Amino acid sequence: MTTAAHPLPPTAPWSLPYRGTVAMACLIIAESAIFTIFVVAYLFYLGKSLYGPTPREVLAVPYFFTICLLSSSLTVHFASKSLAHGKRTAFLILWLLTIILGALFLFGTAQEWHRLIYDHGLTISTNLFGTTYYSLVGLHATHVIVGLLMLSIVFLLGIAGRVGPEQSARIGVLSLYWHFVDSVWIVVFTVVYVLGR
Amino acid sequence: MASEALPISSVPAADQTWLGVLHGWVTTVDHKRLGLLYIGFALVFLVIAGLEATIMRIQLLRPHNDFVSPQVFNRMMTMHGTTMIFFVAMPVLFGFANYLVPLMIGARDMAFPRLNAFSFWLMAFGGFLLYFSFVGGSGLYGAGDAPDVGWWAYAPLTARAFSPGNSSVYWTISVLVSGFGSIGTAINIIATVLSMRCPGMTLGRMPLLVWLNFIMSYMVLITISPLSAAQIMLLIDRFLGGHFFDTQAGGSASIWMHFFWIFGHPEVYILIIPCFAFISEILPVFSRKPIFGYPVMVGATICIAFISMSVWAHHIFTIGMNSASNAFFTFTTMIIAVPTGIKIFNWIGTMWGGKLIFKVPMLFCVAFLFQFLLAGLTGIMLGAAPFDWQLGNSYFVVAHFHYVIVGGILFALFGAFYYWFPKITGRLLNETLGKWHFWLFVIGFHLTFDFMHIPGLLGMPRRIYTYEPGRGWDLWNLIVSIGTLVQAVAILLFVANLLISYFKGPKAGNDPWDAWTLEWSITSPPPAYNFAAIPTVASRRPLWDLKHPEDPDSLYE
Repeated sequence: MTTAAHPLPPTAPWSLPYRGTVAMACLIIAESAIFTIFVVAYLFYLGKSLYGPTPREVLAVPYFFTICLLSSSLTVHFASKSLAHGKRTAFLILWLLTIILGALFLFGTAQEWHRLIYDHGLTISTNLFGTTYYSLVGLHATHVIVGLLMLSIVFLLGIAGRVGPEQSARIGVLSLYWHFVDSVWIVVFTVVYVLGR
Repeated sequence: MASEALPISSVPAADQTWLGVLHGWVTTVDHKRLGLLYIGFALVFLVIAGLEATIMRIQLLRPHNDFVSPQVFNRMMTMHGTTMIFFVAMPVLFGFANYLVPLMIGARDMAFPRLNAFSFWLMAFGGFLLYFSFVGGSGLYGAGDAPDVGWWAYAPLTARAFSPGNSSVYWTISVLVSGFGSIGTAINIIATVLSMRCPGMTLGRMPLLVWLNFIMSYMVLITISPLSAAQIMLLIDRFLGGHFFDTQAGGSASIWMHFFWIFGHPEVYILIIPCFAFISEILPVFSRKPIFGYPVMVGATICIAFISMSVWAHHIFTIGMNSASNAFFTFTTMIIAVPTGIKIFNWIGTMWGGKLIFKVPMLFCVAFLFQFLLAGLTGIMLGAAPFDWQLGNSYFVVAHFHYVIVGGILFALFGAFYYWFPKITGRLLNETLGKWHFWLFVIGFHLTFDFMHIPGLLGMPRRIYTYEPGRGWDLWNLIVSIGTLVQAVAILLFVANLLISYFKGPKAGNDPWDAWTLEWSITSPPPAYNFAAIPTVASRRPLWDLKHPEDPDSLYE
């Protein structure tokens, strides 16, 4: 089967996209669909809670932590750029910065949940707002946690000197995921803290 | 044609104890073996779900029958629907996609072999969980058994008050887990198609089977995920005290219907598009002509994929929506008939003027064309909202979608079995037994599902476990049940044919049908590495080019 059927030799050089990027793009499509359903549920149930507390009473806009998460998209982008250019120290520093910013964001979510649960008595079973709020924000936070775990594994491997420019395609796949987590937050932020209040 | 298997000892042949063979199958990451695992898994569940259907039909054989209790009837109905969709149709189609896509694009495996194995075992675990509910469904509450909430599990049937115990939790988790498996496989198929094609295999030269499975995989990403999201919400409701579908706290039961059918309707197309793919490969070979209108076929499929995302609410016209929604969903449902009609015309165009060879695979394809067309016509009837108000939730609906699933999907699948069995096993299926299987199945199918429309028109509702005599339904139900038994006999003949031909069938050789796609260029069954050297292609029919160097397709495409 060496020359199966090619009377005309292929003219253009044969290059195909990297399978990791394709797979991550597909995963992002699937995840977007999941988030869409949770966002639709949130919007559908806005103001339909039979009893309080309502979003306006208890939610505060988390400006600082949002800035943290969104700027981590920049750091992860420049980190993978540095790795592609072989600057491993810059990569490690920027990568660590990404992890710190992501962890800060998670801390912000934890603080908010603590305040809502202990100060306002809002849990997932309190009312429709609680159900939809905790599941939507919690779904996003779950993705942040998964992302942080993967980022940390890469960081530890990086410290051990096992991450070089030859892995930059794979690092690119991971940073694609992180960009996705950040852009979902823009949607969640808009829905929960801007439109929903 | 340099197509003999190279003497590469890829697997040590020594370890051939049964334990070694079992270990080999359980730990395999080879796309062909995983494809066969998918297909075998689906066939087992096909028999189980078929038995459940038979139990229901025996119960409905005559009025006031007491073959099973109403509770058991509901369980059979739920398990039959869930099993057939999630653990028969999905895995068997993924199995064929797994087996054929890498072979057809000249690749040695899928893009992610281990993800492939993981996805399969997730789905297998999901099927196991669903059936474990017969044992474990009672839970600590001593209530319930297998799930009995219908395959769509409408709220509030799944709420704790109406479904105590664990039965609907088994349903939820099994569907969720197998859904993750489906998403994994879909990602794998897309990455394989985009990143693993052999040199020269441009998107415009891919076999239609590959194209259609590629489009189907995108639909899986977009539509299985909403189902997963809805299942997560249901779990939150049941275990964390959430109120998504809890009407007493302001939640909505109808939003579950929307979330379910946002998945449910595209799912029909997820199942039928790979069947279109089989037809588009088999019809040309047995008409001795290339497929008519290749780019239009691809375009029509993409149209179907798009439009099918916006037709879901035609399943729930009867819940009462506003007239704008009714008009919109009626309109989209009508529109989707257009690309589907284009496909049917293209298949007829392929056969037109061809040298038709009526081997068994072709017989099933031709039957598919007729039956799928009829199923589409009743679909258009039900897609008109006023008509649906009259006949929604009647046996007319049951008859319609079984016409699609059995008359369309199952017939195309049987065609695919007869067509690719020689490639998979190296032996041809018996033609005489195949014709008996075909004709018996056609007769049984039409007895059951043609006549099932009539009690529906006469007002017989769905999901009832018995009915009173003297409503004019008795005779029709008797005929429908007899048809089921004829189908069961036909299926037994098919299983017998598979077994007999596997051991005693005539040797197939590499290319028994004189076909044109790459999988027929290698030995049957294919070696573990598929292609000793990665092929290069220059047209949509690489084997035609190889067999007819004086008149290759590549000059005209």
